[in-house]
Amino acid sequence: MAYVAGLSRIDLSKEEEALFQSQLGKVLEYAQELQKVDVSSVPDTPIDPNLPTNVLREDSLRDSLTAREALLNAPKQANNLFIMPKIVE
Amino acid sequence: MSLHTLTIKELRNKLTAKEISPKDIVESLVKRIDSVDGKIKGYLRVNAKDAFAQAEKADISKPLGGIPIAIKDNIAVSDEGCTCSSKLLENYVSPYDATVIRKLKEAGAVLLGRTNLDEFAMGSSTENSAFGRTHNPWNLDCIPGGSSGGSAAVVAADEAIAALGTDTGGSIRQPAALCGCVGLKPTYGRVSRYGAVAFASSLDQIGPFTKTVEDSALVMNVISGYDQMENTSRPVDVPDFTKSLNAGIKGLRIGIPKEYFIDGMDKEVQTAVKKAIDWYAANGAEIIDVSLPNTEHAISVYYIVATAEASANLARFDGVRYGRRSPDGTDSINSYSKTREQGFGSEVKRRIILGTYVLSSGYYDAYYNRAQKVRQLLRRDFTEAFKKCDVILTPTSPTAAFKAGEKSDPLSMYLADIFTIAVNLAEVCGISIPCGFTSTNLPIGLQLIGSHFDEPRLLLAAHGYEQGHDWFKKKPSL
Repeated sequence: MAYVAGLSRIDLSKEEEALFQSQLGKVLEYAQELQKVDVSSVPDTPIDPNLPTNVLREDSLRDSLTAREALLNAPKQANNLFIMPKIVE
Repeated sequence: MSLHTLTIKELRNKLTAKEISPKDIVESLVKRIDSVDGKIKGYLRVNAKDAFAQAEKADISKPLGGIPIAIKDNIAVSDEGCTCSSKLLENYVSPYDATVIRKLKEAGAVLLGRTNLDEFAMGSSTENSAFGRTHNPWNLDCIPGGSSGGSAAVVAADEAIAALGTDTGGSIRQPAALCGCVGLKPTYGRVSRYGAVAFASSLDQIGPFTKTVEDSALVMNVISGYDQMENTSRPVDVPDFTKSLNAGIKGLRIGIPKEYFIDGMDKEVQTAVKKAIDWYAANGAEIIDVSLPNTEHAISVYYIVATAEASANLARFDGVRYGRRSPDGTDSINSYSKTREQGFGSEVKRRIILGTYVLSSGYYDAYYNRAQKVRQLLRRDFTEAFKKCDVILTPTSPTAAFKAGEKSDPLSMYLADIFTIAVNLAEVCGISIPCGFTSTNLPIGLQLIGSHFDEPRLLLAAHGYEQGHDWFKKKPSL
């Protein structure tokens, strides 16, 4: 649990860790039933006319948010940039 | 005159006959909200002053001219908050309009306020909101369903003429059923999601809550259509959805999937739905047995696929570009983890962790890949069924509204979505309409399911039943 929470970038308290462990254990146990389903008829890449396909467009300019708009909700900013805790020492 | 109790259609008639003005409608609704929303708590925010200003300018020659509409608080409206009922986004302000909002504005609608939801649309009861739970207008001790519980409750309580919600596994249809209004989940790709905060991108759709099926068609006329800003929206024609409403249900082939009449289903729900089937048969529809054998796997597939997609979609909430950043972060990774610990509620954390797990190395094939394959089988079931019938009829929810706090275990809450989830996985369209009441006066919902982009026939089937009954005229006493 601690490992997956780390991958998820969520700190958990010890209590939450234990609670989620048992709750998600039950959900995964329930989902075990999928192992019994025969999926041999399903190709790895689905062929279905109703599924959306890749959509391409011309690489042309269109309006987007201005830097000011994009920074409106920034928790911390300076000089038109987002400010973050230091990454490189 | 109690304008707040009327439908879009009725109000439009009065507006165009110049009997009333858009301001009269807003005034009536604001009074209603003042008197009942303290009990319901369906709205997170109502901006009455702004609504009056919009009403003042509303062009009543437009299709929704002067009609006030409430918006679920996970759809972006320019210069307004969009909290997703999460502490993390408490102070967020949207810099742009979602496509559906732009379309509503262009159609003359008045945006009245923002409705409560389960945090990031994750839940079936609107109890997972960081800003308090919403109450069911028919019984305040009960939940309104979820995740769009606020939108359903304000329409059912006549605090809005219509509302928008989002539906990933039943989040429009289930609350509509539990609150006794009409909720439509359009076909995947029918309505642009640009500007709706993503939960599970292969499942999410925006759709309307209304008092009648005809009103649902009127809102669909405005919000549907291809959008170049949203690559999963599909370039299919948008018909006038009101045109086919009165074509009649004679000869309509209605499929009844035996897998949807399960043990553990509430007896009163079962009786009400069976009566609806009898009504269709008595009125000239053809009742056909169909089979959707993979329905029993829908919950498992959903809680793998949806959480996997959520774990990716919600990675953006890291406290860098928007949202509340934890002050406790010492380095960047630690800053993300603390921000997410402090910003997200339990259900959101649970789902992100589950989604991360099923996508992680060593488990991907066993869970995610297998779930995707079973999803294909489930889609095939629907394709086969629609060769034999025009629409499929099922209950919307196995029970009527349950008491708040009753389902504390996540798995039991997930099972509440058993009848609605397959529709999202198959990407078809579905609607919930009222079909009766329990002995304790709680609404019961009937779900009709249509094939891809077959909303016209879906609406026809729903309208036929609705007009043959007067369930939709019943109002909660508040």
